[in-house]
Amino acid sequence: MNRVDTPQRIVWRLATVVDVVPETARTRTIVFDVPEWPGHRAGQHVDVRLTSADGYQAERSYSIASPPEDSRLALTVEKLEDGEVSPYLSDDLRAGDQIELRGPIGGYFVWDVSLPGPLLLVAGGSGIVPLMAMLRHRDVALERAGALARHQVPTRLLYSSRKWDEVIYRDELARLAEKDATVEVTHTLTREQSPEWTGFRRRIDRAMLEQVAWPASERPRVFVCGPTPLVESVAGTLVDLGHEPERVKTERFGPTGGSA
Amino acid sequence: MALISRGFRGRRQSAETAGRLPPGQYETRDFPVLSAGPTPRVPLTTWNFTLQGADGTTARWTWEEFIALPRQTTTTDIHCVTKWSKFGTVWEGISVDTLLSEAATKGVKSSPYVMARSDGGYATNLPLADVMGGKAWIAFMYDGAPLAPEHGGPARLLVPHLYFWKSAKWVRELRLMESDAPGFWESLGYHNYGDPWREQRYAGDE
Repeated sequence: MNRVDTPQRIVWRLATVVDVVPETARTRTIVFDVPEWPGHRAGQHVDVRLTSADGYQAERSYSIASPPEDSRLALTVEKLEDGEVSPYLSDDLRAGDQIELRGPIGGYFVWDVSLPGPLLLVAGGSGIVPLMAMLRHRDVALERAGALARHQVPTRLLYSSRKWDEVIYRDELARLAEKDATVEVTHTLTREQSPEWTGFRRRIDRAMLEQVAWPASERPRVFVCGPTPLVESVAGTLVDLGHEPERVKTERFGPTGGSA
Repeated sequence: MALISRGFRGRRQSAETAGRLPPGQYETRDFPVLSAGPTPRVPLTTWNFTLQGADGTTARWTWEEFIALPRQTTTTDIHCVTKWSKFGTVWEGISVDTLLSEAATKGVKSSPYVMARSDGGYATNLPLADVMGGKAWIAFMYDGAPLAPEHGGPARLLVPHLYFWKSAKWVRELRLMESDAPGFWESLGYHNYGDPWREQRYAGDE
């Protein structure tokens, strides 16, 4: 590996809110105009910095939801009741406001359509966000390429939510799966299901992965993002099922014992 | 001058907390898990630890030999590049100083840089000076109990004065190097050195 001799500093930029889109009761998407945004890859994140009037600063990381093809940068933020930054982003920020952000950050949990072979995405809760950037990128980038290109990157998403109303991007995911036979979306609802719900109603386990995921022999590229217990369990099970550990990329949030 | 976010107050911190937090960090009482891939599982019967000189000379310990070395307990604050800091964490392990002096008796010569290498393919680079002088350990106990696999067990490097990605989980080898070379995150846009007090998060941060 060669050293990068003079890395460019990832500078703080002034981002202007151009739109705010409610997703679920606890999440919303904030769309920013970021002048001279250097571009990003699906799966990367940004750092957001807030400064109070007395100079106190707080920084947090948020996954990018928008595909690289979009001229605007979208973050989907889940409001954590005891959070310091997410309540501000969720309740206070509105169109026309500015915040500071820098990025893109992270060069490992990334995917683009030039990587051939099946793609397996496994999400828990707001862990869908970086995976949505991948799905959106796949959709836009293959729009013109036609069916053959789509068949070269068949894609399956297994998405665990507590209840149907907490499924982020629910309608858009349905539309993607509807219009593109090479995208399969499977939901599991772990906490609450309507009587007519016919899908999975438990946490992701080995049997579910055996049923939904590509078998290891297909050598899918795997991205798992969600709360730590979900990611630990899913990634470990996939390795047990024969998937090569280096093809299973993970992003975890929250503590070891947190609830999924 | 940073942009002031209208209406943002932030969490009021005690002076003590503020003084212990590097710039851009917040305190957590949890112990978040950050790893790029699945948690590797290696049985202790096949686990060993290697210290390799730049010329290929090696010193190696089995698990039993390793934990029989003189142990140290250290209490320290840790700082993750993803912004959380955790105060007063308690670790038990073998000082890297101890390993270096043991290895020296087996002919392993010193070099100015070291690459920590882990099960699962992870690696991170450090100046040797940063793992000497009581600043770094190979830790296998956390908070009085064996280190959990998702936190790097059976053993991880502990270099608490740098961002925590330098404290390689599942570490199996320290490889001394005559010249510096980037590890895993250091090749993927993160800072080569990673001093939290200078907020050296990403390549290019001063």
